[in-house]
Amino acid sequence: MGVPESVPNRGPAAAAEVGPVVLDAGDLHRVLTRISHEIIERDKGAEDLVVLGIPTRGAILARRLADRIGAAEGRPVPVGSIDVTMYRDDLNMHPARALGPTEIPPGGIDGRVVVLVDDVLFSGRTVRAALDAIHDVGRPRAVRLAVIVDRGHRELPIRADHVGKNLPTHLGESVRMRLTEIDGVDEIVLMRDKEEAAR
Amino acid sequence: MTQRIILRGVRPLGGESADVVVADGVIHQIATPGSVAVADGDRVFELTGQVLLPGLVDLHTHLREPGREDAETVRTGSAAAALGGFTAVHAMANTDPVADTAGVVEQVLRLGQEAGYVDVFPVGAVTVGLGGEQLAELGAMADSAARVRVFSDDGKCVDDALLMRRALEYVKAFDGVIAQHAQEPRLTSGAQMNEGAVSAVLGLRGWPAVAEESIIARDTLLTAHVGSRLHVCHVSTAGSVDLIRRAKDRGIDVTAEVTPHHLLLTDETARSYDPIYKVNPPLRTERDVLAVREGLADGTLDIVATDHAPHTSEDKDCEWDVAAFGMLGLPTALSVVIDTMVRPGLLDWAGVAERLSAAPARIGRLADHGRPLAVGELANLTVVDPDATWTVDPWDFPGPSRNSPYRGMQLPGVVTTTLLRGRPTVVEGQLQW
Amino acid sequence: MISHLLSAADLDHDDAVLVLDTAAEMATLSDRSVKKLPALRGKTVVNLFFEDSTRTRISFEAAAKRLSADVINFSAKGSSVSKGETLKDTALTLQAMGADAVVIRHGASGAPHRLAEAGWIDGAVINAGDGTHEHPTQALLDAYTIRRHLRGGEGDLSGLRVTVVGDVLHSRVARSNVHLLDTLGAKVTLVAPPTLLPVGVEEWPVTVSYSLDDPLPESDAVMMLRVQRERMNAAFFPSAREYSRRYGLDQKRMDMLPEHAIVMHPGPMIRGMEIADGVADHDRSVIVEQVANGVSVRMAVLYLLVGGAREPRPAELVGEAGL
Repeated sequence: MGVPESVPNRGPAAAAEVGPVVLDAGDLHRVLTRISHEIIERDKGAEDLVVLGIPTRGAILARRLADRIGAAEGRPVPVGSIDVTMYRDDLNMHPARALGPTEIPPGGIDGRVVVLVDDVLFSGRTVRAALDAIHDVGRPRAVRLAVIVDRGHRELPIRADHVGKNLPTHLGESVRMRLTEIDGVDEIVLMRDKEEAAR
Repeated sequence: MTQRIILRGVRPLGGESADVVVADGVIHQIATPGSVAVADGDRVFELTGQVLLPGLVDLHTHLREPGREDAETVRTGSAAAALGGFTAVHAMANTDPVADTAGVVEQVLRLGQEAGYVDVFPVGAVTVGLGGEQLAELGAMADSAARVRVFSDDGKCVDDALLMRRALEYVKAFDGVIAQHAQEPRLTSGAQMNEGAVSAVLGLRGWPAVAEESIIARDTLLTAHVGSRLHVCHVSTAGSVDLIRRAKDRGIDVTAEVTPHHLLLTDETARSYDPIYKVNPPLRTERDVLAVREGLADGTLDIVATDHAPHTSEDKDCEWDVAAFGMLGLPTALSVVIDTMVRPGLLDWAGVAERLSAAPARIGRLADHGRPLAVGELANLTVVDPDATWTVDPWDFPGPSRNSPYRGMQLPGVVTTTLLRGRPTVVEGQLQW
Repeated sequence: MISHLLSAADLDHDDAVLVLDTAAEMATLSDRSVKKLPALRGKTVVNLFFEDSTRTRISFEAAAKRLSADVINFSAKGSSVSKGETLKDTALTLQAMGADAVVIRHGASGAPHRLAEAGWIDGAVINAGDGTHEHPTQALLDAYTIRRHLRGGEGDLSGLRVTVVGDVLHSRVARSNVHLLDTLGAKVTLVAPPTLLPVGVEEWPVTVSYSLDDPLPESDAVMMLRVQRERMNAAFFPSAREYSRRYGLDQKRMDMLPEHAIVMHPGPMIRGMEIADGVADHDRSVIVEQVANGVSVRMAVLYLLVGGAREPRPAELVGEAGL
C-alpha cells in the first residue's frame, strides 16, 4: 500500500531548502516552561487537566508539557494523544495515511479541561479535525489550544490560547520542528520553497 | 486457359527466388525470376522474397455450425482459415446437432463449398452424440459425399477402452483414423488448468498431465493390438511426447498434433484469471512447451493443428470457472509457428510445409492438398512474408468471436496471398469476397 | 500502492505491518463513547456475496459502518451465475451506483481478480473469499491475533512457528495464511493427509508434514482448518473417524503444545472431528477473539484502500506526503 508516514509539518519537504533556525533547544525548553506555567495559571492549578497531543510531534510536546506541569504541581497530570487523520477534511485528497496513536488517559476527558497540543499552528484545519475527534471521545468542560509556533495564514476561525512564538511566514515557506525523541535534536527551522528562495 | 496468375519473386519453401505461374487451377510454370513474359490479362503479384508454401491444412478446427452460429459459421471460419494461409480445414464434430450422421457431415461439406474460401472436410463423431456409449455410423459418413476419414469425439475423450478398441478396428475398413482427445475424465473432473505450482497458488482445480498421458499410453497399445491408425489431438505434455516417441519407435501407426498455443503459451498466463487463456487441454509449463517444440522438430509430433475454438464474449468475459474452453487459432497459426519454430531454427520452411500441409493432408487422406510445389500440381498455395510483423487485433478477424490469446502481441510472418485451386482467396493480406 | 486486496501476496512486509498497526488503532475504538469514525463518510461500500457467509458479511458490514460508510448488501446467491454474465452485469450495476469499494465473496477462484481487472468498475475490490483461492482478510486477522498474543501486538511475526492443519487443498484460508505468514517472517508447517495437499505445494515457503504429532511440540500457534465432510465421498480420506484420529486436535495433542501456544480456527468448526470440544473452549483457544479482531482488521483494510484518494495525487501535492 506504500502509505506514507503521517507528516505533521505541512508544506513542501522535497523541494525545500533549509532556512534559519527559529528556535533552538534552549529556546524550546524556555517556551515549554512558560507555556506550562501559563496553563497552570489559567486554570488556577491543574486539577482537572488532561493534556492531549496531536501525533506525532504534538504528542511528544504534550508529554513534555505534562511533565513540567506535574513537576510544578507535585502530582502527575494525565496525558495522551489524539489522532486526527480520519477527521481531516483533506482525507480524500491523499492516499490513506498511517494512523497515529490515540491514547486517552484512563480517567477519560468528560468534564475535564483538555489542553490540545500541536507543534505548528497554520491553517487551523488540523485543530478543527482534532476538535471533532475530541467530540467523539467525550465532552470536556473546555478545550484549550497550545502550540509552539503560530505561523499565521489561518483558514478557519481558530486561535491558540498558548503560543510559544509568533512567526510571520510566507505561504511558500514551511516550519519544520525536530525533536530529540524522534529526530535526535531539538530545533525549529524555517524551510523555504526552492522556487521561492530563488526569487 | 483462364487468367494466369504470376507470383513474382517468391521463394518456394524458402529456397531460390522464382516466378511461379498459375493457370487453370494448377502450377503451370516455375521459372527464374523475370523470365516470364507478362501477357495481357495476366495478374501479377509482386512477392519478391516472400516464401511460397503449399496451402496449409488444419486437421482440427471448430467451425461451430450448425448450432453456435453466434460464435462462428462455416463461412466466417473458412475466411479466417484463408487469411491464415489455409486451403483446407477439418471441421470438428462437436456441433449441435453433432456431426454423427451422413446428413450432418454432408451439410457441413455443402456449407464449406458455398463459402468457398477453403475446402472444408467434416470430421465425424466416433460415438452417437459424443455420448461415449454407442458407435456412430462411421461407415455411412465415410461413404457419404463428405468422404469422412477422420473421426473424433473431440472435446470429449473416448474413455471406454472397449469402445475405443472397436472404433479403431472398425475404421480400418475405410482407411479411417480415430483422432483421440486424450483426457481421462475421472482425473479431470471439474479441472480448470494445468495441475502444478501455478494451480496450487491460484486455487483452480488441477488437470494433471497424467490424465492425458494415461489415455495416450492405453490408445497406442490398443492401436498396436488391433493394427489400426491413431491420431492424438493437441498433445500438451512432455510425457505425451515421450510416449508417442516410444510408440513410433515400436512401429505403431500413431500420429500426433500440437496446437500453436501449446507451442507458445504456459500456465503462467492463468495468473491473470482471464479466461482467454482457458483451453482444453490446458496450457502447461515451460518444460512442456520446450518438449512439444522439440517433438515437432524431430517429427514425433507430425503436425500443427489449430484447435481453433471460437467462443462468444458471453462465454469468455466471465469468471474462469464458468468460462468456455478454447481459443482462436486459424489467423495466427503460421505466425506462431514461425515465432516458436522457424526463427529459433527448429524447423525450416520445408519442415513447415511438411508439418502444416503435407502431413495433415496425409493423415486426413486428402488427395488435393499438401502436394509438392511442382508443375502440374493443383495450385493450393499460400505466400507468407516472413520478415514482416503484425500486431494481433481480434477485431480484425472475420468471425464474431474475439477470443484470441495473442491479442496485442506482435507476431512475425504475414500471410499475403492464398490460392485455392488457383483462385485467389487472399490478396495482399485481404480476403477476396 | 495497491488499489485492491485480491491476494494476501499483494501485501509486502511494510504494507502488512501497516494493516496490522492500523487495525490496532481501530481496535481502540471499542473504548470510546462514540464507536464510529468518520473516515469513510460519504463513501459507499458494497458487500457482494455470491456465497452465503453471514459471519464474513456481518464483519465487513460492521467494519464499514464503524467507518461511517454507506453499506449496501448485495446477495447474489440464487441468481443464476451458471452463464457467468451475472458477475459482469452486477459489476456494471455497482459501477453505476458509484461503489467506492466492493467486498466480494464468490465461489469461483479469481472472481475478484476479474472484477478488479476486467475494467468493469473503478472502485476498490476486496476479496472476502474466492473459491479455493484466497481469503486475505482472514489471514490478516489471524496474523493480528497471533501478533497480539505472541508479539505484544507490535512488529511482525519473525521466528514464530505456525502449524496449519487440515484441508489445505481446498482452503482459501490456508493459501492466504501461507503468503502472509511468510511475508511477516513466520515459519509455517502444513499438516494434512497427502490427498489434501495441492500438487505444487513443494514450491510454497512451508514445511509439509503428514503427521500432526511431529510439529506440535515446536508450534507457537496451531491453526485448524475446516474439513468438509463431503470430501469423504471424493475419497480424500476414508472416514471422519480416521481423519479425526490422525489430524484432529484433541486434549492429548493439546498437551504436546508449548505452554504459550495458541489454538486458532477460522470457523465454522466441526467439533469432534477437526477439533475436540475441550480444545475449542480451552483458555488458549483464541477462536472467539478472532471474530472480534476480524472487524478491526477489516476496518483497517477499508480505511487504507478507500479512506484516501483513489486517483494518483496531483504532482504539486506529492512532496508533502513524502511519496
